[in-house]
Amino acid sequence: MPVGEVAGEITVVLGAAAVVVTALFTGRGRQWLGAPIALATCVVSAALIGSRLATTPQKLTWEGAWALDHAAGWAELVILAVTAITVLLSPEWLATDARHGEWYALLLLSAAGAMTIASAADSMELVLGVLLSSVTGYVLAAYHRRSALAVEAGAKYFLVGALTNTLLLAGVVLMFGAAGTTLYAETGPALAEASPTVLVGAAVLVTVGLAFKLGAVPAHAWMPDVSQGSPAPAAAFLTVVPKVGAIVGLARVLALFPDGAVGWRLLVAATAALTMTVGNLSALWQDDLRRLLGWSSVSQAGYALMAVPALGRSEAAVPALVFFVTAYAAAQMAAFGVVTELRGRTALHDYRGLGGRRPALALALGLALLSFVGIPPLAGFAGKLLLFTAAIDSGYAWLAAVAVVNTVISLFYYMRVIGPMVLDPAPASVPVLGRWAGAGTAAATALVLALGVAAQPLLHAASGARLLP
Amino acid sequence: MLTAAVLLPLAGATALAGWRRLSERDARRLAMAVSVVPLALLVAAWLRFDRGSPELFQLTEEAPWIPTLGVGWRMGVDGIALAVASASAVVFCAAIAYPVDTMGRGRQYHGWLLFLEAVSLGLFLTTDLLVFYVFFDLSLVGMYFLIARWGHGQPRVAALKFFLYTLSGSLVMLLGILGLYLETDPLTFDMATIIAEQPLAAGGARAGLVLLALVVGLAVKTPLAPVHTWLPPAHVDAPGPVSAVLAGVLLKMGAYGLIRIPFAMLSDTFADWAFLLAAAATVSVVYGALVGLGQSNLKARIAYTSINHMGYTVLGIAVAGAAAGNADARALALTGATVEMVAHALITGALFLIAGSFWARTGDYELGHYGGLAGPARTLAFATTLASFASLGLPGLAGFVAEVQILIGTFAVYPVAAGVALLGLLVTAALFLQMLQRLFFGELPSERKGFPDLRRTEAAALGGLLALVVVIGVYPRWLLDLVQATSRLMIGAG
Repeated sequence: MPVGEVAGEITVVLGAAAVVVTALFTGRGRQWLGAPIALATCVVSAALIGSRLATTPQKLTWEGAWALDHAAGWAELVILAVTAITVLLSPEWLATDARHGEWYALLLLSAAGAMTIASAADSMELVLGVLLSSVTGYVLAAYHRRSALAVEAGAKYFLVGALTNTLLLAGVVLMFGAAGTTLYAETGPALAEASPTVLVGAAVLVTVGLAFKLGAVPAHAWMPDVSQGSPAPAAAFLTVVPKVGAIVGLARVLALFPDGAVGWRLLVAATAALTMTVGNLSALWQDDLRRLLGWSSVSQAGYALMAVPALGRSEAAVPALVFFVTAYAAAQMAAFGVVTELRGRTALHDYRGLGGRRPALALALGLALLSFVGIPPLAGFAGKLLLFTAAIDSGYAWLAAVAVVNTVISLFYYMRVIGPMVLDPAPASVPVLGRWAGAGTAAATALVLALGVAAQPLLHAASGARLLP
Repeated sequence: MLTAAVLLPLAGATALAGWRRLSERDARRLAMAVSVVPLALLVAAWLRFDRGSPELFQLTEEAPWIPTLGVGWRMGVDGIALAVASASAVVFCAAIAYPVDTMGRGRQYHGWLLFLEAVSLGLFLTTDLLVFYVFFDLSLVGMYFLIARWGHGQPRVAALKFFLYTLSGSLVMLLGILGLYLETDPLTFDMATIIAEQPLAAGGARAGLVLLALVVGLAVKTPLAPVHTWLPPAHVDAPGPVSAVLAGVLLKMGAYGLIRIPFAMLSDTFADWAFLLAAAATVSVVYGALVGLGQSNLKARIAYTSINHMGYTVLGIAVAGAAAGNADARALALTGATVEMVAHALITGALFLIAGSFWARTGDYELGHYGGLAGPARTLAFATTLASFASLGLPGLAGFVAEVQILIGTFAVYPVAAGVALLGLLVTAALFLQMLQRLFFGELPSERKGFPDLRRTEAAALGGLLALVVVIGVYPRWLLDLVQATSRLMIGAG
């Protein structure tokens, strides 16, 4: 068995085990030790995956169950980077929790689940990834056991998740029934001859099942609650990592369906339009920044979905997909980094005048939000540029037009944050969390800038990305 | 050289943003010093520009930026870009030097102005479509903060309206740009290549849609009626020098974009629809003038004349792009449109600075609250009168040179439009004469006793702008020759 080819992924699981063992045998004062272990795990795993991207050709491995293409590899690197930044945000946030060693293990396992979703080339493998990512996600969301908000967020996440995971499983069963195999490489050709009714059912169920991980309509309801109620680092993690994995996983599985009979492209295009519109309209009048970020995250899922109907019709589709979620991940981490560094302050009016007292944090939040809008030369602009290109190129110009209308709407609520933050008089004092959280925020903000201004190296890499099989 | 003209103000802006211990006065001095440099560089570019060259873009500079997408840091000028960029640099010098209440944040105020200067010049000097778009968007961010922070009245509402409205315009334009870009092969955003290739020359629905997106997107910024409604509040509530920049520079981006993108890159499709654009422009001319006449607010009145004047500019562009009519007349119209942009930048820039002076003295724009100021404020009265006469198109001043060329060109192509546009000229004359009469003649209201005249810096900034207005009016050849060379090249009039 080619263990070496998935060494990066195995490292993450081993790292999680190491964290658990460490947490078990260290005292309450040293629970933070999990953080450096998790960080080192992310670095080693990223190095392994990075070198694999550079050397191994894009192919399927493990008898066709696992894809080693660049879309998956890229998503895995983004997931690891986001996990690393989450780890940086965590120790100071959890300092008052005497037993939080296993937190880092949960982060790593959840990351492994998302990596599996992105790489799975077998429908059972996909289900496995979704379940791993979900089960750990519920715990992360409700980690503050005594906070009513956190428990509510976790419960809501769990309820929506339990339902949609079942639907996903039903969809996978239909696919298996129609194709007689779970391997994607064989499913694709077999589905071409399957009955359209079964195919439509399978496509809808799988889309809804993965929409949960994506935070897309109709399974988006958990997003604002988790964003608002979970521990701030968990909110950052859960609004990004599953989404990155799921968008690649969804693209991979939908590309298996035959073009004519099912109309899956139109299904996804409609889902995209609906998701961005629902997210943006719901975010308009939010008075809670974290809730606003949750709804904005829903709308960003809608934009990301724009690339899926373009698959196979525009060369820009796969690069647009991976680049956009990378840009989104950087900006969302920067925004939640600021929330964490400000000790989780959440009411919108508490951000008034932040620019006068904490200019660096205000700058980070401002850049993140403007990147969501797609103001050049920030990361989000390059992402949206590619998405629009892919949409127009593949004949979905109307979807790009819907996205334009949504972008203008979104500017309104982002400016509801930025305007008072910069223009109002500064408050007397703004306490912050500490250096590690600050470093995580700074790293994410630097990425927001770098991915836009110095987009070339990454875009060049992304332009060769394929989606197997 | 062109790159330096963009990057130096940007460096100045960064320095002002980061240098926390800089005093208010030093910040202003630094900004003034930095703002002169791009002007000097553009004058040098002017001297090196070859009017006989068959190449459209000269003084080109190129560096790769995102070669995967065909994006590059491409700089270059033709006569039109050079004229508009130089006028913008002049307006920025005057606006930065003009004294204004910075509310204790002079460092940030001047930093934002320099930032805006960098992106504005970048927009006029670049020959890469995507870089053009980047600067187009960035100008909105800079303007938002300038209006929202240093404006009066309801500055945040006005600034947000401006931002939302013009962002929607620029995004629609982006869709058009992408529609154009996807037709190039190999994919590139290089303007010179796209102009030479004329993608979408075959016409059809796609070409029509791309043209529509580009023209609508740019018309929002120009602005043409009926997509102008962001302009009056933004102008009225912005501080004087910022209004001057908004009118003198940012509005030009729309009209300049019309010449640069749909006119040059989709010339066949543009010709098919030019009559509609001409009609819209004519409506803007008359509408702007009539609504302006009804304004009792000094600044709103000037703001509506902007719509009127930009209407003339767009009319000239539409005529130049029309299929009918002889090439000489069309080249004349394009030259006229460009000179109108320059003239409007200088004249309306001066008028908004004057409005800023009124606000600084009384905090009141209501025309009815003034009168008889010709006595106590002689220099102010003189400057306002000169600028108003220039704006209404008095011969011997810059506005006349521009409008007469546009109208002659229009007569040759769309005689009806020219006739209607002449009406606009009459109304503007009435509008300005009435404004002058209410401000400076009649009885001096008692609360206006002791109204101070222009200070020395104010007079110097206005003097610089108005001197150029007179020079262009009396001896326009140096400007016309430059622009005419490019117009003929673009229209193919030989």
